[in-house]
Amino acid sequence: MDLISNLMLGFSVAATPINLLYCFIGCLLGTLIGVLPGVGPVATIAMLLPATYALPPVAALIMLAGIYYGAQYGGSTTAILVNLPGEASSVVTTIDGYQMARKGRAGPALAAAGLGSFFAGCVGTLILAAFAAPLTELAFKFGPAEYFSLMVLGLIGAVVLASGSLVKAIAMIILGLLMGLIGTDVNSGVARFSFDIPELTDGVGFVVVAMGVFGYGEIIFNLSRPEDEREVFTSGVTGLFPTAEDFKNMIPAVLRGTALGSVLGVLPGGGALLAAFAAYTVEKKTKLRPGEMPFGQGNIRGVAAPEAANNAGAQTSFIPLLTLGIPPNAVMALMVGAMTIHNVQPGPQVMTSNPQLFWGLIASMWLGNFMLIILNLPLIGMWIKLLTVPYRFLFPAIILFCAVGVYSTNNNSFDIWMVAVFGFIGYIFVKIGCEPQPLLLGFILGPMMEENLRRALLLSRGDWTVFATRPLSGSLLFVALILLVIVLLPSVKSKREEAFVEE
Amino acid sequence: MNIIKSQKDFFSGLMFLIVGGGFAYGATSYSIGTAARMGPGYFPLLLGSIMLILGAIILFSSIALERPNRDPVGSFAWGPILYVLGSNISFGVLLVGLPSIGLPSSGLFVSIFVLTLIASKAGDKFVLHEVLILGAVLSLICYLAFILLLKLQMPMWPVYITG
Repeated sequence: MDLISNLMLGFSVAATPINLLYCFIGCLLGTLIGVLPGVGPVATIAMLLPATYALPPVAALIMLAGIYYGAQYGGSTTAILVNLPGEASSVVTTIDGYQMARKGRAGPALAAAGLGSFFAGCVGTLILAAFAAPLTELAFKFGPAEYFSLMVLGLIGAVVLASGSLVKAIAMIILGLLMGLIGTDVNSGVARFSFDIPELTDGVGFVVVAMGVFGYGEIIFNLSRPEDEREVFTSGVTGLFPTAEDFKNMIPAVLRGTALGSVLGVLPGGGALLAAFAAYTVEKKTKLRPGEMPFGQGNIRGVAAPEAANNAGAQTSFIPLLTLGIPPNAVMALMVGAMTIHNVQPGPQVMTSNPQLFWGLIASMWLGNFMLIILNLPLIGMWIKLLTVPYRFLFPAIILFCAVGVYSTNNNSFDIWMVAVFGFIGYIFVKIGCEPQPLLLGFILGPMMEENLRRALLLSRGDWTVFATRPLSGSLLFVALILLVIVLLPSVKSKREEAFVEE
Repeated sequence: MNIIKSQKDFFSGLMFLIVGGGFAYGATSYSIGTAARMGPGYFPLLLGSIMLILGAIILFSSIALERPNRDPVGSFAWGPILYVLGSNISFGVLLVGLPSIGLPSSGLFVSIFVLTLIASKAGDKFVLHEVLILGAVLSLICYLAFILLLKLQMPMWPVYITG
């Protein structure tokens, strides 16, 4: 069994005591920061990235895995406890999770989210291990034209799932792509849009954009709202564990969510997010058992299913990332950034050139997941206490960690000025109703897209039809087109807007 | 402002129009090349132009399409903006110093206290002794996490004291 031996290899690399310790620390830090209201997984990971810089690659990746799961779970925790979704995919969790919390059942909600995620993560890891290799073969069939089309599909996928106006989301992607182009052009060596500022010839740092736009932008926006609108809910948590009845309800929901998440997660472009929404819709469609809470009033299935789907999707979304090097969402984009810093360029080569690292990474993802459950189940009560810290103490701390994080990325004060600039830009985005998530995805993909567009057209001698005539590339673009048409259909459009009203 | 049906769309359209135009215009100063041999200006010109068009569409729809509420942008929270960004900038200035005006580094701990003081001004309530305690707690956390645990290289104390 290749699968088993590969996984064994992975665990032999990843599961050393010192690595487990790093994983534990990562998980702890990820949860601690991720549980802060207003700090989503993206901001958490961005902030904690520098913590891994000094480590050797495998240790760094396993710590990242811990941070990743910690941040994800921390985000779900705030979604449940304070109705603050840290990222788009936990929007669904807030619907029933927060209602459960208000009824004093925050403990079971948190446990359901944790257990559901853990189960989904295990299944996702197995799927990842089983299908990563065949999909890598497929990746070698990808020429520049296919890569370009796939990125178009990924970006369109991100647009489909963004709330609000479609045109605005596309414009934000393009703005991100353009910002990604700032800096020295690899082909000609020309410094583009650098305004003769030497620091800008290296381009704008990803961490700078992420922290400015998400961290500072969010903080300023939060502070500008009256206190009662962002008030955290903390009182009256009773019973930390789901009852037998809860388990009976939640197990089929978790199974359905996991299946949906595993399949949808493979799609580039927000697969995990789509999975969370789809899972909630499916649960809502299934019949209520007698005596069960209706959806929207604190049904445990409404927490367990989307959380499982989200986590399974997050796991399988590593497939496009590891095999094709294409980040499917903003969190994954950050992970790519982190891997690049450790000289790991995600893509089909990693698996063949560095199997230890590849399987080590997959194993560490599972370990991160596992660490999360041991760390967090006993500590649910404590995370709830953390939220009693008033916001006026939290946000200076967040600003401080952002500033230190940004500075330590390059040991360069220029980045601190830049993060202030992006903080202001981020606030403007919030004010004029432009979502920053698509921008971040575009920002990561900008240089890659240009590179592949150039190569594809160079090979085809300037013939644009190459994107449509090559079968793989053509079908990818076709799927992208269909996605776009579906979103534009009036009936879907109104449903989509409805789904996001919850935000 | 009655012709504007959606303020948010109006201003975002305007932003995309101007920024897209800016990028497209800036791209023309680099060599464009042909599709087969793209110069550094080709892709930015293409994207900038698309963004300019999208901006125009958004701008147009904000005037043409009727909306239930006018999506008001609302007033800018200048206080929080100034305090949050100001605390960030002063942190940077104090941590590394500004060689151009001969200001030496004041080190991590001074920077933390100044950041906490300025940032806290942005909140609803400012109680000096609470802020000072917060600064002390954060200093301790930063020392443990960044200096001891992660071994980040940064000055801890003001150079004019340690010499």
